[in-house]
Amino acid sequence: MAKQIEVAGLDAYYGAHKAIEDITMTIEPRTVTAFIGPSGCGKSTFLRTLNRMHEVVPGARVEGKVRLEDQDLYGPDVDPVSVRRTIGMVFQRPNPFPTMSIYDNVAAGLRLNGRFSRSELDGIVESSLKGANLWNEVKDRLNKPGSGLSGGQQQRLCIARAIAVRPQVLLMDEPCSALDPISTLAIEDLISSLKQDYTIVIVTHNMQQAARVSDKTAFFNLAGQGQPGKLIEMDDTSRIFTNPGQKATEDYITGRFG
Amino acid sequence: MTTVQTGIQPISTSRRVKDRVVQALVYLAFAIAVVPLLSVLWLVVKNGLARFDLEFLTHSMRNIGARDAGGGAYHAIIGTLEQVLLASLIAVPIGLLTAVYLVEYGAGGRLARWISFFVDVMTGVPSVVSGLFVLAFWVLALGMPFSGFAGAMALSILMMPVVVRSAEEMLRLVPNDLREASYALGVPKWRTIVKVVLPTAFTGIVTGVMLAVARVAGETAPLLLTVFFTDSINNDPFSGPQMGLPLYVFDQAGRPTDTAIDRAWTGALTLILIVMLLNLVARLIAWWRSPAKRG
Amino acid sequence: MRRSAFRRSRGDVPFRVASIGAGIVLLAIMAAIGVFLVVKAIPALQANTSNFLTEKIWTPNATEPKFGIAALAFGTVLGSFLALIIATPVAIGVALFISHYAPRRLAAVLGYVVDLLAAVPSVVYGLWGVAFLVPFMRGPSEFLNTYFAWIPLFGGDQVVGKSMLTASIVLAIMILPIIAAISREVFLQAPKMQEEAALALGATRWEMIRMSVLPFGRPGIISAAMLGLGRAMGETIAVALILPATFGISFQILGPNGNSIAANIANGFGEATTIGRGALIASGLVLFLITLVVNMGARLIIARRKEFARAA
Ligand SMILES: Nc1ncnc2c1ncn2[C@@H]1O[C@H](COP(=O)(O)OP(=O)(O)OP(=O)(O)O)[C@@H](O)[C@H]1O
Ligand SMILES: [Mg+2]
Repeated sequence: MAKQIEVAGLDAYYGAHKAIEDITMTIEPRTVTAFIGPSGCGKSTFLRTLNRMHEVVPGARVEGKVRLEDQDLYGPDVDPVSVRRTIGMVFQRPNPFPTMSIYDNVAAGLRLNGRFSRSELDGIVESSLKGANLWNEVKDRLNKPGSGLSGGQQQRLCIARAIAVRPQVLLMDEPCSALDPISTLAIEDLISSLKQDYTIVIVTHNMQQAARVSDKTAFFNLAGQGQPGKLIEMDDTSRIFTNPGQKATEDYITGRFG
Repeated sequence: MTTVQTGIQPISTSRRVKDRVVQALVYLAFAIAVVPLLSVLWLVVKNGLARFDLEFLTHSMRNIGARDAGGGAYHAIIGTLEQVLLASLIAVPIGLLTAVYLVEYGAGGRLARWISFFVDVMTGVPSVVSGLFVLAFWVLALGMPFSGFAGAMALSILMMPVVVRSAEEMLRLVPNDLREASYALGVPKWRTIVKVVLPTAFTGIVTGVMLAVARVAGETAPLLLTVFFTDSINNDPFSGPQMGLPLYVFDQAGRPTDTAIDRAWTGALTLILIVMLLNLVARLIAWWRSPAKRG
Repeated sequence: MRRSAFRRSRGDVPFRVASIGAGIVLLAIMAAIGVFLVVKAIPALQANTSNFLTEKIWTPNATEPKFGIAALAFGTVLGSFLALIIATPVAIGVALFISHYAPRRLAAVLGYVVDLLAAVPSVVYGLWGVAFLVPFMRGPSEFLNTYFAWIPLFGGDQVVGKSMLTASIVLAIMILPIIAAISREVFLQAPKMQEEAALALGATRWEMIRMSVLPFGRPGIISAAMLGLGRAMGETIAVALILPATFGISFQILGPNGNSIAANIANGFGEATTIGRGALIASGLVLFLITLVVNMGARLIIARRKEFARAA
């Protein structure tokens, strides 16, 4: 079910402000792709163009092409709702629905999409929570509110919620930035195991994390203040971290940036 | 079938339809809310313009018989202006000082919490009850006559909580740095409040007061019980019955003749113009205050 | 006593006292409202020859005063609940329209339009009600009575324009902007994070609202509705102009039935004797207490919600 994403000549705007410019890349199926780059260079913006969440911001728009295998995500008769259903997303800050129980949080996406019997739902909720490495911690309190969990647990709950609907791609925007090292490790392990079934894209500021979990790494940078962000280079992670093609990449990775 | 399973699956028709239906209902709700407003404004303007003339604005109802045309609302306009002005003179100082207490002195204390709670309770006092209170206290217990001033007292009770709440909100918006900078210069607290805090919040407070004024200018029930009625001009709000524009509309609307109904519409038009003008001025002040928001 | 170099500035004490004083005046006014209404109601209640709570008739000016709050309180509650039932769904729709449906620029303007609705004085709605809505409602009322008489509210042999239904509609129009304005503020505060969570799961706009906006906004809607209810109960003039001012208890809202405490005060004040005025004050006290309970309930919900928001 994992799918390849092809991006060609993509620009994204917030009103009149162009946040990213002319991005072209291919994201391989069943791999983890990491986006790295300085703050404000448009990593989140780009990530959000991949499942049409960008246009949720008032005044925001996109130019260029994004293809999921052979389908144009921005095609005239493509419904953004179904794009988001197909390409799941995990946010920087855990955002479970506060009024819903743990169980209902995981089932939320499923309930939108069709009728499931109680036992089917139970099965999917359990397998999603297991997939997110959370099952053992919450199996006795599935009916308690999700907001009662720790930050790391909440984030894994959000991952469970995202994978419960069986997306083809999973986008993660700094999923560990609000978490402690142990929860971070748990999520990194999770990413490695999810890779078997999903195409995963992860934004991170943590070089070690990028090096640990990803197969490919894309480096983004700003040409200057107020300029749009650009893709500088994208390659195998091992290559980016040992022998990058661009000077800017090397400077950023070795911390000699700016 | 296989392509459907692997590609972007369109969402089900029923979900799409439900989304559309709700959207239609939401638009419809807005239309339903606007229709009465348009109808009210249209009828008030259409029917009100017939008698919106110089005579209406400069004459009272004195010596106008039950079936006579003519007559005006001069006495009511004067009455409303005086009553609202007096009400503001009572309510604004009390409301403003209370807000100062809540924000600058009492912050979080027991008394401040009680006052704050009762300001909320006061917001919910029905206007007719404030009129009854002034009737019971001023007219019946103290034996004072019906007068414009009695009406102003009733209106001021309705104004006070509005003034307190809006002033409180504005005072809280004043950054603490400003206060601290002033204290650091050795300026005493009260002078800091008078010279730094209040001027900074000034336009916001004025906006709040104007909105409060606009609200009470249209109140009828409290006047009915405190100002009573008169058809003649009474420029002195401290003695004898006065008239007020809302009361005038109520009075004329209750009379069975067409000429009276015409006067009621024109009175309503005048009242709406006054209230809208006050609202407009308040919003202009608020807009002028925040040049940043214009961008 | 030695004067300290750090003594308070001379103006500080008077200013502080003045500001505390103002707050206390405010408390005193609230207390005085209760006290004076009670004091002036008591003589009339003593002169009353029937039970104030259960009597429906209102003849306090007679030589044998007879008056009771039953019919008036019933009318007040019925009318304002009907208004609430009519206004709340529309107000929620209006609030959602402004917060989540209308384009951003338009939304700001439309917000002003709704506030404008709130600025129209109630006597103007009253005038509009008698002159336009009362005749207008005869047709629809006949229709309801003909085809829906099996619903008790729409039953009855007589159908008039000056009815409880018409008054409730005017009340609904008057409280709609209040409910809409508060709900709108609450909806605008709904956390963007949860909205995006719902959208990223593939929720449509409505599903997103149902999953993240409405659960968040529920306490706000409830308290807004209760504040609206309080306002409807206290509304006087519009209702006084429209209601037929009868003294009975009937659920038939299309017929010539209906009255309210506030309307009765406005209608009865002109010819009231001393006992009559006392009786009206007594009824005002009841109105005050009812609205007090409703408003405090609303405030409690808001306060609980604040704590909840702080905790989250
Ligand atoms: N909602 C928004 N409205 C307007 N401009 C925005 C918005 N979100 C981001 N931007 C702008 O777009 C540019 C890219 O922002 P983006 O959030 O994509 O950066 P980022 O690379 O994710 O940064 P970080 O590493 O700090 O998360 C920035 O200049 C930012 O100011
Ligand atoms: Mg980011």
